[in-house]
Amino acid sequence: MPEIVLAAARFGFLVLLWIFVFTVVGVIRRDMFAGSRASRLVATPRGVNVVAGARPAKVKKGRAAHQLVVTAGALAGTKITLGEAPITIGRAEDSTLVITDDYASARHARLVPRDGQWMLEDLGSTNGTYLDRTKVSGPTPVPLGVPIRIGRTSLELRP
Amino acid sequence: MGATPVIQTGGLSLPRVLSEIRRLWLLVLAMVLVGCYLAAVEANMQGKISPDFFFPALVLGLVFLVLHVVARITAPWADPVLIPTVALLNGLGVAFLRRLDLARAKPSERSELTVFMGLGGRQLMWTLIAVAGASALLWFIRDHREISKYAWTLGLAGIVLVMLPAVLPGSISEVNGAKLWIKFGSVFAIQPGEFAKLALLAFFAYYLVRKREVLALASRRFMGIDFPRGRDLGPVLVVWALSLMVLIFEKDLGTSLLYFGMFVVTLYIATERVSWLIIGLLLFFGGATMAYVLAETAGGPFASFGTRVDVWLDPFADPYKSGYQLSQGLLGLGTGGLFGQGAGAGNPLEVPEVHNDFIFAGMGEEIGLFGLTALLVLYLLVVERGLRAALTVRDSFGKLLAGGLAFTLGLQVFVIIGGVTKLIPLTGQTTPFLSAGGSSLVANWLLVAILLRISDAARTPAGTGGAR
Repeated sequence: MPEIVLAAARFGFLVLLWIFVFTVVGVIRRDMFAGSRASRLVATPRGVNVVAGARPAKVKKGRAAHQLVVTAGALAGTKITLGEAPITIGRAEDSTLVITDDYASARHARLVPRDGQWMLEDLGSTNGTYLDRTKVSGPTPVPLGVPIRIGRTSLELRP
Repeated sequence: MGATPVIQTGGLSLPRVLSEIRRLWLLVLAMVLVGCYLAAVEANMQGKISPDFFFPALVLGLVFLVLHVVARITAPWADPVLIPTVALLNGLGVAFLRRLDLARAKPSERSELTVFMGLGGRQLMWTLIAVAGASALLWFIRDHREISKYAWTLGLAGIVLVMLPAVLPGSISEVNGAKLWIKFGSVFAIQPGEFAKLALLAFFAYYLVRKREVLALASRRFMGIDFPRGRDLGPVLVVWALSLMVLIFEKDLGTSLLYFGMFVVTLYIATERVSWLIIGLLLFFGGATMAYVLAETAGGPFASFGTRVDVWLDPFADPYKSGYQLSQGLLGLGTGGLFGQGAGAGNPLEVPEVHNDFIFAGMGEEIGLFGLTALLVLYLLVVERGLRAALTVRDSFGKLLAGGLAFTLGLQVFVIIGGVTKLIPLTGQTTPFLSAGGSSLVANWLLVAILLRISDAARTPAGTGGAR
């Protein structure tokens, strides 16, 4: 075997090895973006600040809520696009938003749309549901940007 | 159940087809790389390339293709890079072992060395078994939460597997002074500890998920001191202490370090308390220092550990006896330099156990720092994808299992490569997917299968009937 072929094999293999590494990294990169498009539960933000634990948006009247955003707790940063269906929150696996919070009940609370307003109901939880600082007893309308507190988790409606 | 094959129902839109091809393309690229390596080896060692040089790569490619198809059917959302990356590591391992066979054979007999002969052939056969095992796991376990049903059984099985070689007589269980084998006759031996790793981890994950709340509440009671009550932690501590004790009797410090790290990290993931890592590290360094002091003063079962530390501190103090392996490994790495000598152009047989613990040094001589770094990045990517699956999956058991498995793989790579490169004292471990060794290969492919299963559950979008 001529020396030049051996040298080509020696460096060619290394180049090919690194091409493989970068291809894998490229696939991971593409895959991440494709994944966020395909996922319907965690929708891409639409003009909403993505930063987890962002400060509550200013309350604007007359705008409908389109997203439920978890601002604090283990799931901070999670977004649910709101539709017509009620949202159930709790530790039970069948909840719309399954929260892993030591102070949440299996079926903790529910958000129900009524006349363009989202109503918050406590489902008889052990530790209670709070809208900002007040404990929720009956169905209560939820304004935009006001924190719903369940255990250590905080949620907000966003436009 | 997320078992519906989305490939058919999802329609054959252009992006779909493209992504299918792209997935397969990665695997093809990996096998082409293995083929190139084999060709370079033959060119360097025989001066010519035989017409069937690519046979091992072809056999491997077909085997991995089967796994790829099984994964596409049973876990359509699983991570696309896990299989090709691991397949490349596995393939390069087989190719390097074949290269060692060629070096051992007489020059006249080299051309008669067929695909399934020698160490490389053996590793190829083990790859078949490992991939069959991984496919079976993917096929029969369609939801990783099913594993938690058998957690207690697995925990018990784990302890039995770890203890078995220690109890068995040395003639059946001892190889090179470490009692961790079960030998069937003279050709076939398995290392039950490799499988125990997976079983114990599943048990830890299950148990810590069950006790997570109690652990959190109890540590809250102590106002900032993060010790949970002893009785909550009892079974896990018993499992850990037992495995550790047995491992000391089996004289395998690498595995005991691996189990300890696995235990501490699972605990950390479950409780989210950094103090566990600090406690774990302090315990580990305390234990290691104590073992060294004991080795210097008392000797006995600790003597081998003392020798290893001395060799680590200065491998060239006794370069022809105790330090021979490590110094030869370091010389090999040094000879390799930045770009290596070229595949097949080095002298890896100068390093004892180069097919096993020191495969990284042997390969380093031929592919150099650039090649070794690429291999390390591949390991890093596998671990990263495992941790990513752990972050994304929703149930706590899956999180703990995936996080623990990914970390264990990373720690094992660190322990052995750190040992070979003289960063830490050398402890016997296999280099995952590369080293010769059937049990390690099968166990690590099962680990990848579980990661695939969990990443599938994690990435299934809402509304397709998956776990999300």
